[in-house]
Amino acid sequence: MGIAVKDLTKRFGDFTAVDHVSFEVEQGKLVALLGPSGSGKTTILRIIAGLEEPDEGAVYLTGTDATSWPAQKRNVGFVFQHYALFKHMTVRRNIAFGLEVQKRSRKEIRERVEELLQLVKLEGYGDRYPTQLSGGQRQRVALARALAPKPRVLLLDEPFGALDAKVRQNLAAWLRELHHQVQVTSIFVTHDQEEAIEISDRIAVLNRGKVEQIGKPEEIYDRPLTKFVASFIGHANVIEATVQGGRVLAGEPARGRIELPIVEEKLESGEAVVLVRPEDIVLASDIQNGDLKASIVGIRYRGDEYEITVELAGLALRVTEDKERFVAEGWNLTQEVAVRFSRYRFFRAEEGHDAIRERLRSLGYIE
Amino acid sequence: MEHSIAAVQVRPSAKRKSWKHGAMTAGTLGWFLILVLLPVAALLMEACQSGPIAFLRGLQGEAAAYAFWLTLWTTILAVVINTIMGVLLAILLVRYPFPGKTLFDGIVDLPFAVSPVVAGFMFIVLFGPQGVLGRWFEAGGIKIVFALPGVVLATLFVTLPFVTREVVPVLREMGREPEEVAFTLGAGRWQTFWKVTLPTIRWGLIYGITLTTARALGEFGAVLVVSGNIIKRTQTATLHIHQEFTDFHYQGAFSASVVLGGISFVLLLLTEFWKKRHKL
Repeated sequence: MGIAVKDLTKRFGDFTAVDHVSFEVEQGKLVALLGPSGSGKTTILRIIAGLEEPDEGAVYLTGTDATSWPAQKRNVGFVFQHYALFKHMTVRRNIAFGLEVQKRSRKEIRERVEELLQLVKLEGYGDRYPTQLSGGQRQRVALARALAPKPRVLLLDEPFGALDAKVRQNLAAWLRELHHQVQVTSIFVTHDQEEAIEISDRIAVLNRGKVEQIGKPEEIYDRPLTKFVASFIGHANVIEATVQGGRVLAGEPARGRIELPIVEEKLESGEAVVLVRPEDIVLASDIQNGDLKASIVGIRYRGDEYEITVELAGLALRVTEDKERFVAEGWNLTQEVAVRFSRYRFFRAEEGHDAIRERLRSLGYIE
Repeated sequence: MEHSIAAVQVRPSAKRKSWKHGAMTAGTLGWFLILVLLPVAALLMEACQSGPIAFLRGLQGEAAAYAFWLTLWTTILAVVINTIMGVLLAILLVRYPFPGKTLFDGIVDLPFAVSPVVAGFMFIVLFGPQGVLGRWFEAGGIKIVFALPGVVLATLFVTLPFVTREVVPVLREMGREPEEVAFTLGAGRWQTFWKVTLPTIRWGLIYGITLTTARALGEFGAVLVVSGNIIKRTQTATLHIHQEFTDFHYQGAFSASVVLGGISFVLLLLTEFWKKRHKL
């Protein structure tokens, strides 16, 4: 096992940042800790690195209990969001720092530094100072510096958070590739679900200091176990509904309630929430009996696809439609269409509903 | 059509602006010339008026030599002690939360706010023969006020905030992360301080040391009160200049002033030169 944390808990005053968190990362895998700010993901990373002490629980590095080890003894590579390069040192000396501290031979240091400059594609930049580099280059130096002493594990805290969108995408794809080459057990922290899905082998979704779900990106996306995961990963339409006599009703009463086409084994009466992703809603011009009828109230071109907003019974739903189909169907504003769900997640509103609503509101999924 | 109207309107106002700009530059520079360069020139001319022989004769005498020697050692002591303590204090203020931190943050500046003469009297009250601590020291045979320890203490007091005030902002800007990275790379606390923290804050530190040195060289009021101004015992360079002046030995006062002022000026130049060389 590369990294394991067991029952990790960390409190700051009254605030519980990390609440009995346990998970394992297989040797050589790249795992994303994904969650909104304040979900405890950075604190977990800092505890693994030995920069923060847990109140309870244990950290295992390559199978050994490392909880009581100081940061210096753990041999972890750490990359910060804002690079944290040593400004008074050249790129070469930055990368060499860990090796120099370990008193490796000069020859070994020189060779290893050149090797890393090549790995992060910064040959020829060795004698520059950090201020003479772009953000993306700086982050690559930070990565090279962390990798130089061949760490047991690599920890990255929002590594692309300070970069603009284009650089971020390139660097994320490059990190994925680099990880294939180096095969070091890695955890990276992010609040960007697309980034997490794109580059990680596994995702652990965190919310309020707890792991909500851990699994492969596809599992997390297609089979979210909790409402929070479903709404946090991808853009979901959140529909509040009421279950009455086995029927799932939604929409404003004044605009005429509609029955959602929900098939569940057991439909107990009460409050519920239905989440449907924009790409899981299919629009059709041939309206049949039993179809949900909606009208198109908004069309936005988003480069690779169209985002259509439809309205039914006072509910506004976002639908994505690829270009070809959009052109073939010739959708127009105010047009009447049938709305069908190809996939959805149904959740009973249990306790803590308000808290989750609050979360969703803050993330901008609901008003 | 609209374009030409706009152009016609812009030109005279632009001209007026550049005229105003020029006047402001000239005025500001002139003001500083009068305030800084004129007095310096006057002193230099006065000191050298009777020729180089007279200038050197003004510096003759054991009293002058002793005064400069005392100032030199007091300054070295003040700089060494206040550099170490100042950096420690800055680290404490930036990195570690402790009760009463905000209050303490203000107290650090107290030596700036209090008149040096008042500061001197505080030491007299505390360490004088009748003072709370003075009595105790006196019993042990250690004289503080009207003796060398008093001179050093007074200088330490007035130069206390410089290093801390210069280092705090650079330390804050640096953040914890470079140090934390060093820890994860295997560097211990001491190693991290020497290899990462100190080089990163060095410019603030050098500037703080320059200011401390200049102030220690030039301190007058606090030292005057505490030292008792005993010739060849507790008389520093500034006290010596003052003494010469009140004794109507103008040449002595002017020569010593030029030397003392010159040392400060050279120090300032050295710092600037260093900065330039490191492209800062």
